[in-house]
Amino acid sequence: MIVIVDYGIGNLASVLNMFKKIGTKEVVVSGDKETIAKASKLLLPGVGAFDGGMNNLEQTGLIPVLNEKALKEKVPVLGICLGMQLLSKRSEEGVKPGLGWIDAETVKFDLDPALKLKVPHMGWDYVRVKRKNPLIEMDSKSRFYFVHSYHVKCLDENQSLATSNFGVDFTCMVNKDNIFGTQFHPEKSLKFGMKLLENFAKL
Amino acid sequence: MALKRIIPCLLYDGNGLVKTVKFKNPSYVGDPINAIKIFNEKEVDELILIDINASRQKRKPNFDKIADMAGEAFMPFAYGGGVKTFEDFAKLYKIGVEKVVVNSLVQEDPGVIKKTVEHYGAQAVVACIDFKKPLFGSKIPYSYLGKKINYSLTEYAEYLAKDLGVGEIMLYSVDRDGTWEGYDNEVIGQLLNAVEIPVIACGGCGSLEDLKTVLYETNANAAAIGSMAVYSKKGMGVLINFLNRSQVIIE
Repeated sequence: MIVIVDYGIGNLASVLNMFKKIGTKEVVVSGDKETIAKASKLLLPGVGAFDGGMNNLEQTGLIPVLNEKALKEKVPVLGICLGMQLLSKRSEEGVKPGLGWIDAETVKFDLDPALKLKVPHMGWDYVRVKRKNPLIEMDSKSRFYFVHSYHVKCLDENQSLATSNFGVDFTCMVNKDNIFGTQFHPEKSLKFGMKLLENFAKL
Repeated sequence: MALKRIIPCLLYDGNGLVKTVKFKNPSYVGDPINAIKIFNEKEVDELILIDINASRQKRKPNFDKIADMAGEAFMPFAYGGGVKTFEDFAKLYKIGVEKVVVNSLVQEDPGVIKKTVEHYGAQAVVACIDFKKPLFGSKIPYSYLGKKINYSLTEYAEYLAKDLGVGEIMLYSVDRDGTWEGYDNEVIGQLLNAVEIPVIACGGCGSLEDLKTVLYETNANAAAIGSMAVYSKKGMGVLINFLNRSQVIIE
């Protein structure tokens, strides 16, 4: 059973809809500790600010069971957008520590003023996959929908799975063992996102 | 670098999709769910759906119907029309709407917009400015509910961006709506200079050339299309369609 973690934020409906569209039978949205404890895979969505996200995770009391599932049991986990940023150790956007499941920190875009780019990075963009992995093909021509003002910087480069460019190259997918994250929204990325979620469901 | 976006903007009258000309004479063009399924196949960048009668008829958004629509949209989906309370916003985001478009609410209750932006983030709120050229003088914000908006277009846009903190502005030309005559590039250009947030051009698109001009010469961040997405050609029959992006979007 894939559990889409409901901790009070994120496009839960959209994620569930896409799993349904691709025919995933065993998927549910839940914020209940028992249900999460029995999950075979976890999906951590998220939209909004870092501290807001960590606050919600704390207040729902889900962090212990999530740590258990991700770090001890090592079930496949996919963090999306803010969900991916929460996997990191900390963020420049807030003061709270992150889950720390990946060796990374979340930082603001440091844009060259000459490029005249403004945050957020919003819209469709291509990604460059760095190594073979079960979620997305190496020479992927896939494009995905991004909307974010902060990005994850891997302290261990091996955990950076794919990059995109917004003035600078930045990590848009992370992976450490069973933990995956996408900065973009697969649930809003048409057939490209469907393929990625299909691959996640098959893990 | 994020690609420029082309966004079908669908007008909904509470029952079905319609298309207007200069905001008048709505003509039926089809069922919204069917249309959204087609746009999904055609891989549109985003979708905007506006219930053009909700505020006027003092109706709430039809949440059940909107949930069905959002369920078929596997790309970012923006909804506007009749949104009045914080709970309305919350409900829409919960059922799968990415962005809520506000229009008359800006004059009626800007505090609710601020609260929503604080809670859900700027990217979740788009402010739509309809604008029109009056009998005398230059183009001004237009309120179809009859209220007078005492700001110039750029002042209004600055207010929306800086005071209310909305994530994007949709700029909709009443005069060009449904005319296939091209966007009002002059006004769009002025607005792009006045605000730092993305601007979605809307009203008048009639050709791929119009899209290239507004996106790559005027430099709008996104272009909304109306007639071009629902009619096969100017003056011809209904056909829900989407152009070949690669003929416009520079990668």
